[in-house]
Formats: sequence, structure tokens, C-alpha cells
Amino acid sequence: MEGIQLWWIGERPADPRLLEHVRSHLVRAFDLPVALGDGPGRPTTAFDTRRRQWSSTGILRWLLERAPDGAKVLGLTDVDLFIPILTFVFGEAQLGGVAAVVSTARLGDPPEMGDGRVIWERTAKEAVHELGHAFGLVHCGTPSCAMGRSSNVRDVDQKRGDLCGTCRAGLDERSRRST
Amino acid sequence: MSGEKTRVLVVDDEEIVRESLGGWLEKDGHEVVSAPDGRSAVELLKKAKWNVVLLDLKMPGMDGLQVLAESMKLQPDAAAVIMTAYATVDTAVQAMKLGAFDYLVKPFDPEELSLMMQKIIAQQRLVRENVVLRKALKNEQRFRDLVSKSAAMQRVFELAQVAAKSNSTILVLGESGSGKEVLARAIHAESPRAGGPFVAVSCAALPETLLESELFGHEKGAFTGAVARRKGKFEMAHGGTLFLDEVGDVSPKLQLDLLRVLEERRFHRVGGSELVEVDVRVIAATNKDLRKAVADGSFREDLFYRLNVVPVVLPSLRERKEDIPLLVSHLLERLSAEMHKEISGVSTDAMATLVTHDWPGNVRELRNVLERGAVVATGSVIQANDLGLGRPGGGAEPAAAAAPASLEEVEKHHIGTVLQHTGGNVTQAARLLGIDRVTLYNKIRKYQLRRDDPERPGQT
Repeated sequence: MEGIQLWWIGERPADPRLLEHVRSHLVRAFDLPVALGDGPGRPTTAFDTRRRQWSSTGILRWLLERAPDGAKVLGLTDVDLFIPILTFVFGEAQLGGVAAVVSTARLGDPPEMGDGRVIWERTAKEAVHELGHAFGLVHCGTPSCAMGRSSNVRDVDQKRGDLCGTCRAGLDERSRRST
Repeated sequence: MSGEKTRVLVVDDEEIVRESLGGWLEKDGHEVVSAPDGRSAVELLKKAKWNVVLLDLKMPGMDGLQVLAESMKLQPDAAAVIMTAYATVDTAVQAMKLGAFDYLVKPFDPEELSLMMQKIIAQQRLVRENVVLRKALKNEQRFRDLVSKSAAMQRVFELAQVAAKSNSTILVLGESGSGKEVLARAIHAESPRAGGPFVAVSCAALPETLLESELFGHEKGAFTGAVARRKGKFEMAHGGTLFLDEVGDVSPKLQLDLLRVLEERRFHRVGGSELVEVDVRVIAATNKDLRKAVADGSFREDLFYRLNVVPVVLPSLRERKEDIPLLVSHLLERLSAEMHKEISGVSTDAMATLVTHDWPGNVRELRNVLERGAVVATGSVIQANDLGLGRPGGGAEPAAAAAPASLEEVEKHHIGTVLQHTGGNVTQAARLLGIDRVTLYNKIRKYQLRRDDPERPGQT
């Protein structure tokens, strides 16, 4: 199966408008079919009781075990993610791999900004960003490109939801080489 | 991300930390290699070049501080960062004392890590650029203008190159314009101090009190107008070379001060009580006969011997006329580039004029004459009459060869020529003529000379 699987794996029920917003961005950025769906369960083993956060690396492992052959899978969640050396992450992906995860947990900061539309937009940008990593792209020096590094929501807001010319060319090159 | 990849060595005994930090850095386009313990990290430090070393503080066996010490020895240019989950002031201070770039407490804020990496990369880029620029500058300065094939100059080069490697004081002796400062710069560029500053000061240009403050600096309030503390040239040259030009013109009081600083390598700023220590190599220069000045009591004998450790005598241009064609071609190449004008050379007549001229102003005068020639020349070849030197062998002007003239006429002509030589500078002209400025002004008025155009009546 080719294309992208977009799974909701959060604790609260999925917001269909958010999923649709993200899906449309992914289609535009990667020019591939994106299938929406509820995840096959929840990655409960990724919860770290000491940090009271969810290990994004653990979630990637969980997604990888369940990903259909030939597809990239992006898990969307509302839980707070971390990697061992950082206090939090917006998301994580296997570089040039299959799985990616993005969380809305920190994308609503500050709360007065965090209304639905702002979170949808930020989530869509980070979804393009993490899937870009799964397609083998590294961080881009162009601040407006979706592949720009985001350490805070200001960085996310500075980005557009799509790839710059250089990253798009890199993506095309990779797809040519893999076919 | 453009340019060469930043090479990062991650040293941590926890696999999950190595993986997550490595993955995070790889997504930034860096090349990452991990080591699970101090010993394997040291091996990697011996084998390959790293830009950044991220070190966990607590590891079994060799801890992060021990690896840091090794890293500073093996690769001092790599930025080493200590990471720890258990931060204490003691370890942080110790890490910074050992030369760590930063000290991070795990887990880090993503922004903190991102900014730190950006800071390291920017700083290393600046250091690299600085090295390249210094190298370019050094190549530019290294005996660049000391073009010569004469045996006398070859001996000067050899002596200067050997002297450059030592820390001894050098005394460069030579006529005005013979290239004393150029030689001093070349010695500095060839010396182990090349990475430090080269600071030049002309001792003849300033009155005693100003020169004192220029050399040694002053404290705030040391004299009227000293509104802030100011570093002197000795302090500015710390770690490098101080070039004291025209040292033969220094007043007796400053001669004593110079002697002290050369003996003790420390001094007080003007109006200050604190002793300032400096590590400076001194190259002094003069066009005066210092032995004669010592004999007539105008220059301290002890200072002369302090300065005269390695004397280098630059021959005048008229003593190495065989260098003139070589210098002409070298200087024209540079003038062409500076003036954006194609000058391919000088005509045979022009070269004959240049070779027979006496060059009282040495290479500096030659350069000025060629510059004039390059400006005036209508084609790409400079002709003899473009040079403004008169006919070959005739010196500056053929006054002596003309019909016999009165003493007054000869004096008028000579003053005019000297004024032309000094570019209208009356003080300099008076010194060259051996008369005081008031006398010279009186003669200029008497002969109705103009300072900018000798022998033309002045407009009154």
C-alpha cells in the first residue's frame, strides 16, 4: 500500500475538522493519497510514569509495528511528548523511515492564541515537517519552509505549511531514486 | 543547510540518550557519531576531527570531566559541552575552567539546545574565517615589498628571517623611504607572534607629553581632556609586535621610560599607580646615526644597547640600483591594480632616467614617481617625460649644469626643490635644510615662493 496513513492516537476523541485540515496540507505537500483513520489502539506502553509524559520514540516504535507495508504512517495525538534529552518535543519521526508522530499538546500556547484554527494550522505545519523527515528531509535554513527547525510556537507560526523549492526538489530527487 | 556538515561526537553511557540526541542533531543536518564511554570517546578524538563534543558528566570509568580534559588536549578547537542530570555549581565551574563551551542540565529545553548549536556553529565559522583572513594577510605582508636581487638586500632578508623567529629587539636602520616599516611588518608576519597585533607608532610625529600617553596610555583624569582610561600602544601590542619608528627623535625623558619598559616589560599608565605588564616584541627604527647621537649625548647609551640587539641595516636605493628594474615592474603591477589602469611598463628612456636618478627618498620616492607617471601616461607605457624627473643623470633639476647663477638664485632654487620634495611641508623642509622654520618662512617670502609650487611667485 502506497501513500500516507493519518491516524488519530490521542486520549480525547478525534476532532474531524483538525484531521481534515492536516490531511489537506499533507496531500498538497507530498502529492500522495492520505487515508484518515482512528489508530489501531493507543500506545499506552510509551507513557513514562516518572516524567508523566509520553515517549515519542516509544510511540514511533508502536506505530512502526502496526504500519501497513509500503505506507508512511503519521500518528496525531494530544498527549505531551518527550525525548530523553529534551523537556518536550512537538513531534518526532524516523529520518528516512516509516513512522512520524505529532502532538497538539504544546501547540496551543499561549492559551489565548490556542483557539481551534491556530492549533489546526500549527498541527498541519508540524505534520508536514515530521513526515518530511520520514521522507528523508533534514532541517531547512529557510525560516518560512515547513522543514525549518521549530523550538517554540513562534518558530511554527513563522513557517508556511508547505515545502520550499529546495526541499521540494530534494523530495522529488529521493522519490526518483526510490522508483 | 549549506556548506560542510558539523561533526558531532555524542558521549553518553545511556543508549537512549545517544539515540535521541543523535537523531535530533541528524535532523539538523549534522554528522553524528556516538560513543558509549570515555575511553572509546578518547579513541574517536584521536582518530577524527570533531566540531562539537557533547559529553555526559557521569559515566562509569572515565567521567565527562576527564574526557573533557583529553578533548581540550587533543582537539582544542572542538566545542565541548558537558551534559548532566545532576547539576552542581562545583562541576559547572570545573567544566568551564577546563575549557567547556557550555554546561547543560538534562533534559534540555529544545530552544536551549538549538541556540547553543547555532552559537557554536557561528563562532566556529568566524574562527575559520579569521584564520583564512589572517593567512591571506600574512601572505600579503610577508616580504611583499622587499623585492630585491641585490646581495646586500639578500643578506638583510636572511638576517631578518632568522631574527623573526627570536624574541629579540631589532633595530632597523635606514634612510627615509627605504622600507623600514615594511621590513618590520614582514618580520612580525614571519614571527611566532604573527597571530598577535602589529602596532606602529611614529615617535617623531608627536610632542613629548602626547607621545608618552600614546605609548603608555593614561588613566581617567590624568590630565585635562583625559575623560576616560585609554590603553597605550604597548598594551595594544600585547602578544604581538610594537614598531617604534623614528626612535632617534625621542626626548631624554621618554628615552628613560622606554629603557625601563624594555628592561622590565612593565610600566605605569600616565597618572596611574597600577603596574601594567606586557608581552611585546619591540622593533625600533631610525634614519639617524644613533652612535653619533650617543657620542654627542643626545641619545642614552644604555637605551641604544637595549635597542641594538639585532641591528638590521637597510641599504638605500642608490646603493642597490640593480634592483630598480625589478622594483619598477613590481610597483607598476600593484599600481595598475590599485588605479584600475593598464600599465605594462616603462620605456627604455624612462628606465634610463629611473636608473640614473639618485633617489634621496628611496623606494617611497620611486613609488611616488611611478604613480605620477602612471597618472600622466597617455598609453600603457610610461615615457621618460611622464616621470617629472628631468633628463637622465641630471638629478632633480639641471640647475648645476645651467649657466652660472648667483648664490641667491641657487638658494631660491634649492629651497623650491626641497619644498617640492616635502609636498609643501615647511617643518620638514626646514629640518632638511638645517634652518629653523621662521628663517624658512622669511626666505619663502623673500623669494616669493609658493609652498605648493616652488619657483612660482606667490599670490599675495
